[in-house]
Amino acid sequence: MAPFDIIAIGGSAGSIPIVSELLEALPSTFQYAVIIVLHRLRNVYSEMNRVLTTSDKGTYVHEPDDKEVIQPNSIYLAPQNYHLLIEADRCFSLDYSELVNYSRPSIDVTFESLASVYGSRVLAVLLSGANDDGALGMEAILSNGGQAIVQDPATAAYAAMPRAALERNPTALVLSPDGIIKFLSITT
Amino acid sequence: MMNLTQITNGEIDELISLIRHNYGYDFGDYARASFQRRVLRCMDQAGIRSFFDLKYELTNDQTFFNWFLQNLTVNVTEMFRDPMFYKSLRTTIIPILASYPTIKIWHAGCATGEEVLSMAILLQEAGLLERSRLYGTDLNPANLERARQGIVPMQYMKDYTYNYIQSGGKNDFSTYYTARYDHAIFNKELRRNIVFSQHNLVTDQVFNEFQLVCCRNVLIYFNRQLQNQVCRLLTDSLAPLGYLAIGMKESLIFTDVRQQFDVTDSVCRIYRRKT
Ligand SMILES: C[S@@+](CC[C@H](N)C(=O)[O-])C[C@H]1O[C@@H](n2cnc3c(N)ncnc32)[C@H](O)[C@@H]1O
Repeated sequence: MAPFDIIAIGGSAGSIPIVSELLEALPSTFQYAVIIVLHRLRNVYSEMNRVLTTSDKGTYVHEPDDKEVIQPNSIYLAPQNYHLLIEADRCFSLDYSELVNYSRPSIDVTFESLASVYGSRVLAVLLSGANDDGALGMEAILSNGGQAIVQDPATAAYAAMPRAALERNPTALVLSPDGIIKFLSITT
Repeated sequence: MMNLTQITNGEIDELISLIRHNYGYDFGDYARASFQRRVLRCMDQAGIRSFFDLKYELTNDQTFFNWFLQNLTVNVTEMFRDPMFYKSLRTTIIPILASYPTIKIWHAGCATGEEVLSMAILLQEAGLLERSRLYGTDLNPANLERARQGIVPMQYMKDYTYNYIQSGGKNDFSTYYTARYDHAIFNKELRRNIVFSQHNLVTDQVFNEFQLVCCRNVLIYFNRQLQNQVCRLLTDSLAPLGYLAIGMKESLIFTDVRQQFDVTDSVCRIYRRKT
């Protein structure tokens, strides 16, 4: 059995190239769902899901609609200008409430929601970024028995986000982007 | 946000039946994930530490309930949110609405009215405002009170101006309002054919027939079953060949009414009632 049902990836400034590499490194048979939360501009129509989709490897990145059921072997990207929540019956719920950590989508919001629904079946990965979103959400995931990886701040284009996450979660695994890739490539 | 107060699913059930029983609002089929966040947020803001205290306040204090209700719903909105959507209205929908002698539009779940003002601007620019009637409704009376004043905080005007231009707006946006200290008041002229009134999508009925119904970013707060029920109400409120617009990430796929519509704009989620 796969060790996780969900791999949740949070990133902000400087994280997009790493997200692309991670997605490319996923084994094609992965059984979990990948949920990516990135800070993005609001009200600027962007096709980030296309940017992250690499057709040759068959990594298809999809922005879920409200109440869409989470499927294994799928990659989801939080739609811009909504928070992404998860319902107990394992479907997505979108939410247009106030910004959290100056962000919508906020990584904390999704991580906290995943922690309460999936408990120990979540792996959280937090990458480069310039604020401290994700730290509290990672704490919720760890305290519900999940696991967490933080990008080594020394390798991050913007170290504030990984650093804040580590301050709050000293037990999280610290890995370079290559380390994270290796970890994911052997996790099916 | 999160303080560490937690609240169980059973407690949420209890809270919902208390509110239903004492005040008549039914949140039973709201999507739980966000509803729970809202309850925790309200408790946090009011400095209420336990579920017991929350129940006590809600049972004994009508003023507290009013405040609670006001903060329980997600009241966030923007002018010209999703400029692409407004562009699609300008280019595709409004030219068709122009053929009706009177154009009736319903904004269900209009929050503080920014969406209705945006629509009034589109109609004004198309020369149709005079023969249009816009109805903005919401569950939350405090939102409607704000909406009637036509006031928008000044701090957002830069974003709204940008959205307006992105939506294809060609005028100087500032001619639509007067700046007053920290807020902008939208011109009376623009608001003359707008009516705001309370309407609860869960418990109230069809009240008129419309050529266009906008219900954007409201369905996301409902579970599938309630989405289905509300979509039926929205459909029954549409004239044959009328348009339904929902949020960019909302979908009719899980509803019974989906066969009654053609897709007019699949990205902006605009549908046309078949007959
Ligand atoms: C996020 S706002 C959407 C505002 C606007 N339509 C937009 O997209 O910007 C959601 C609104 O739905 C309203 N609402 C929630 N439940 C409702 C119900 N049962 N009936 C009517 N309005 C409701 C809330 O009070 C809130 O104002």
